[in-house]
Formats: sequence, structure tokens, C-alpha cells
Amino acid sequence: MSAAQLIGDWHALVVLFVAGVIPNQIWRMLGLWFGGGIDEGSELLVWVRAVATAILAGVIAQIVVEPPGALASVPDGLRYGAVGAGLVVFLLTRRSIFAGVVAGEVFMLAGKWWLG
Amino acid sequence: MALPPLDSPQWQSPWHAFVWGVRSITQTILTLVLFATYLGIGALAHDSHFSLVWALCSTLFVWAGPAQIILITTLGSGATVIQSAIAVTVSAIRLFPMVVSVLPLMRTPTTKRRELFFAAHLTAVTLWVECHRFLPQVPRERRIAFVNGLGFGLVSVCLTANTIGYFLAANLTQTLGAAILLLTPLSFLFSTARNSREIADVVALALGVLLYPLAAKMNSGLDILVSGLAAGTIAYGVHWWREVRS
Repeated sequence: MSAAQLIGDWHALVVLFVAGVIPNQIWRMLGLWFGGGIDEGSELLVWVRAVATAILAGVIAQIVVEPPGALASVPDGLRYGAVGAGLVVFLLTRRSIFAGVVAGEVFMLAGKWWLG
Repeated sequence: MALPPLDSPQWQSPWHAFVWGVRSITQTILTLVLFATYLGIGALAHDSHFSLVWALCSTLFVWAGPAQIILITTLGSGATVIQSAIAVTVSAIRLFPMVVSVLPLMRTPTTKRRELFFAAHLTAVTLWVECHRFLPQVPRERRIAFVNGLGFGLVSVCLTANTIGYFLAANLTQTLGAAILLLTPLSFLFSTARNSREIADVVALALGVLLYPLAAKMNSGLDILVSGLAAGTIAYGVHWWREVRS
């Protein structure tokens, strides 16, 4: 891989700052500036947190439903099955993130191997 | 490894406190979860056609896993800069209450705002959780140095994981590449589920996953925002209805 490939184009880095760094960082800086005086349990923040969680949930679904790159080589049913199996193990192990991730991965790899 | 007692001479220099912060990353399972997550983000960046430097800059300057995968996934699937920026900023709002609640733990009467800049930048869910766990064991006047060290350690782990994930995605067989990409949804789904204590969080997570495929059928380019706003607002409605009834 060449140096040019590793760096990529400058346009993409500008997009990173405009679409990623600034919209994200603004909230931390507001927190630094206006620290104090906001109630963590306020109704507005409950709604904001729910929307933020649901957006993240949508992204998780997007990666599984419309997978990028190599993940697209895994059949639909196997991807959904892997997430389902991981979820079952996660719940059975009293919410162990590690056990859930390992179970999902093993399910996917075993399925791939079995399907040939 | 246990931290030295509060009155130990080990805490006399800020530099020592920084090193204790860096070493504390070995004391938490969340470091392993972060490693797996950022391995996945590195692979995701590769397969969505971003450069390695781009992926590392996103970790260094964004430093929020959810925002990074939202950014990579939306830009990678053809969203405009504005659409991505909106999705990222909504996901980042939660950082505001986190920063507001974590900074008082390290502030002293003489602390200047600029001394807290790096601590504010490093604040994300992992650091927020660990601050509540570690800081009571750290003398107040050394807490900023300790948190800077802890954050520095976690960022280093994640940059390493990004690089490994990026090259693995470029060189592995298709099946193993897929396994690394699958780390991202799995680790985010379970770590978010683990942090969901209130009914609103659980409903938002479950409905957010289920509504996305429906929203995607509308093909508006704003799918994530549409399903997120709808699922989040319904979840808030459930929370509100329970409050009113009780």
C-alpha cells in the first residue's frame, strides 16, 4: 500500500472535519463551557438520549441489513442468526458483552463453514 | 495492580499520576471491548473505501465510537455531508451531559477551564464509566493528570486496533474479514443494551433496530434520522406515559 493510498485525498479529510469532528465536538465544548446548571434527569435529556440511542440502533441495523464490503458475502439469514444467537447468549450470561460478541462471531463462522 | 493510597508520595508529581492513569487501562474489561470495537471500525473504514490516515484522524479527533460508525456508514453509503453531520451531531448530544457530570469530579477551586480541555475531549462512555470508578481513589489535585493518562492509554489502544483492523480487512480471506466487520454491530448492540437502565433506553434500542428497515424502504436518504427520531420519540412517549400513570 503506497503512502498516497494511506493518506487518501484531502477532500475526504475536510469532509471528516465538517461532517464528523465539528458536529461531535461542539457538544463536549458546550459541556465544558456551561458545566453545572443542567439536570441529568431532565425530560429534554431523556428524549435526546432516546433519539441518540435509536439512531445508533438504526446504524447497527444498517450494517447488518445492508452490509459493507466483506460482510456482504455472508447470507442474510446467517447475519441475522448471528446477531440473534449473540443476543440470546448476552441475555443468558446476565449481559456479558464479551460472551455475546463471541457467540455471534462463532455462529457466523460456523454457519459459513457449514454452508461451505 | 492497585492504585497507591491517597496519601502516598507516588501522587506527588502530576507525571506519576499520568502514568498511573495510563496503567489503569489494564484494569478494565472495557479496554478489551474498545479494542474489538475499534478493530471493527478500522475494517469498516477500509471496506467503505476510506484511507488509514482518515480512520486514525477520526479516532483521534472524534473519539466517539457511535459517531465514527455513523459517519463511516452514512458517508460510505452516499449520504451528503449535511445529512451525515446531522446524524453525527444528534448522536453526540449525549456527550454534553456526560461532560457536565464528569468534570466536577476533577475540578478544584483553582482549576482553570483550559486545564480541563483534554479531559472534556477524552470524555466518552468508557472514560465516563471509569472516572466514576477510579477517581475516588485518586487525590483531587492529581485527577486531571490521571484522566489525561487514562484517556491517552485508551486512545493509543484504539489507534493500534484501527491500524490492525484496517490491514486485516485488506489482507484477510473474505470470511475472516466479514467476522471483523461483524464485531462493530455486535459490540455496539450489547454495550448499548448493557448501559440501558431505563425503559426509554431499552425501547429506543429495540424499536430503533426494527424501524430502520422500514425507514430504509422510503429511500429518502435520511433513513437513519427518520427511524431514529420516530423510535426515540415513541420510547420517550412510553417513559412519559409511565411517569404520568405512577
